[in-house]
Amino acid sequence: MTDASHKTALNIHRHMRARVVAAAALPLLTLFYLAYVGFAFDVPKLMREAEGRNAAILLRDASHYKIHVDTPAGQIKPSVSVEGERKGRYADDRLPAWVEPGTTQTIIDLGADGSVSVRPTITTIFTADGQFEILRDGRKLRLVTAPDIVPENMRVGPRRITLTGDNSRVTITPRGTLVYRYFFGWEMFWFARDSRFADMSLATLMRVAAVGDRVDPEHTNVRVMLSDIWHNPVWRHNEVVWAIGETLLMAFLGTLGGAILATPLALLAARNINPLAPVRAFIRRVLDFVRGVDALVWTIVLARAFGPGPMTGALAIMITDAGGLGKLFSEAAESANQRTLEGVKSTGAGSAPLLRFGLLPQILPVLVSQTLYLFESNIRSATIVGAIVGGGIGLLITQSLATQKDWEEVAYYLSLIIVMIMFVDHLSSRLRLWLIHGDK
Amino acid sequence: MTLTSANYRSMRHRKQLYSFLLTALVGVLFFAAFGVTEDRNAGDFLSGFTRILDFPSELVAESAANARGLPALMVGFLPALIETLNIAITATLIGSTVAMLGALFAAHGLMPSTLSVLTMRRIFDLLRAIPEIVVALVLIFVLGGGPVPAMIAIALHTIGSLGKLFAEINDNADLRPIQGLSATGASWFQTMWFGLLPQTMPGYFSYILLRLEVNIRASAILGFVGAGGIGYEFKNAITWGQGRYDDAAALFLMLFATIIILDAASGRIRKTLSEGG
Repeated sequence: MTDASHKTALNIHRHMRARVVAAAALPLLTLFYLAYVGFAFDVPKLMREAEGRNAAILLRDASHYKIHVDTPAGQIKPSVSVEGERKGRYADDRLPAWVEPGTTQTIIDLGADGSVSVRPTITTIFTADGQFEILRDGRKLRLVTAPDIVPENMRVGPRRITLTGDNSRVTITPRGTLVYRYFFGWEMFWFARDSRFADMSLATLMRVAAVGDRVDPEHTNVRVMLSDIWHNPVWRHNEVVWAIGETLLMAFLGTLGGAILATPLALLAARNINPLAPVRAFIRRVLDFVRGVDALVWTIVLARAFGPGPMTGALAIMITDAGGLGKLFSEAAESANQRTLEGVKSTGAGSAPLLRFGLLPQILPVLVSQTLYLFESNIRSATIVGAIVGGGIGLLITQSLATQKDWEEVAYYLSLIIVMIMFVDHLSSRLRLWLIHGDK
Repeated sequence: MTLTSANYRSMRHRKQLYSFLLTALVGVLFFAAFGVTEDRNAGDFLSGFTRILDFPSELVAESAANARGLPALMVGFLPALIETLNIAITATLIGSTVAMLGALFAAHGLMPSTLSVLTMRRIFDLLRAIPEIVVALVLIFVLGGGPVPAMIAIALHTIGSLGKLFAEINDNADLRPIQGLSATGASWFQTMWFGLLPQTMPGYFSYILLRLEVNIRASAILGFVGAGGIGYEFKNAITWGQGRYDDAAALFLMLFATIIILDAASGRIRKTLSEGG
């Protein structure tokens, strides 16, 4: 073995050893880092305090609705409403079949959970565990009859007795008896209680739409139905559609405006287009600055000047994008084929025809495909920016998240956002393929 | 020759007409859309445009008066910045690991079953579509406040976006080393570890670095809606208004410097990687 080849072998050996050390050290370092972060984030405390119950509430509320049956003390006649809202109140002559008001008592059927009988001073709950009779005695409650063992799902106090079933909850206080019954689904999604179509099944609805007598002599039934759905006061479908539109508009304006702003800046920053080095350097620093300042900061600064609303959001996206696209466009221009440019220049073309015929055909596909990519990601950004500047679906979803109880609305808006984003992704990838390959 | 010159000219004219119409349509749409958003905005464009520098100049004036205090303020906010960075780095680490595993089942060449490829890709699409802000706010309700909800939200989004990119890299991988390894009787894990990862790792790594940048920005924004870190301090300083603008300036400078440094560092690393250094 010659000296030189020995040295190479030694080098390779050393190199291999370094790689082995690196391969072992990297996962170890990562583990150490994760352990440190676990302490920094105080994960043990989080585990202790995490509210598993909240997750259950959230899931039940997002997929179920409850009907409140509220009977004040001393009365028999209940007031029945969806989620206790005034907009969701049942008319007294159109109560659900499981609530039966009588002359001496109201019987509320709770399905598998049993039933409740409400009288002016006595409320009786019938369950599989037995019968509970509660007497309202002035401002105190008394459990008159009960089985020997009070079940776990019952809380008994002097001023409040609750019994929580699988799909219901009965609360008795000196002020009255409140019964909740849970049902699967989203209540009043199509028709609110005040609509004349509220209780109809799909088959009935179709029959009424096709051959039924006109509910409103001025308009056809289909038209009244559509208008009732559109103006549904609980789910506010018209406002939601507007909000989605606003979010799409913010993304569209922001991306297109950003691309329009970026193009001249990119040309001024490209080495092969602009021969003036100081101007180039200046424009580049400007682009770096715009990109370095976070979208969050632009949003705050613009919100101060333009006030809250979708235009502010669109402008914030526009500025952020102008920085990013400016850099990408100038890179595209610099990597354009120089010979084509020189060829066009040799025909004596001025700068405008030079750009139009020498540069544009080369970089247009890159420009368009980058812009479309950005449009996709901007739909997501527009949701978040909307939450900050107060516009679009982002605002609606943060509003319903803030109450921490309208989880069915959160679920609804979230599904709309997902559908919207997937739809735009699909559309823009089709458009991109079509623009680049000229076919589908 | 079927293409006569008159024929050619008419086609050319039609093409020009089409591009003109398309451009005009996009232009009209642009201004119409702008008008709509301006109507629904609190302030209008022209009067806002003249005020655009008011807030930054107020901020600069106040913090310039207190320029000596800025370094001390920055040191005070260092823990917040570290928390923001920790959220982003942990989310990137966890998200990219899961994405790497998931992407193995989402590449056409590696998985014989089309069903697995399609399901995995739909899952990635779904994870990308859900906005981080929503996941974070829901998790704050379930887990309580702090950095963990934000971290999980960003990690989920990272799985979605990196998973898709990793699957595309896997699609383009050379299958011969993999086939060679499995012919020697190597297990599935060994095949992936020695056959696939050496070719795809540089590609993965460069996407992970890009994602880290994005995640740091996302982590700052999530802080603004209540998930801790520098974004939260920012919100406090700004809503406080005058009197704490030097705080805002200090925070701004820190965020700006972090992003610039990271941008430069990851650009350099990616360059080294792509040159095979």
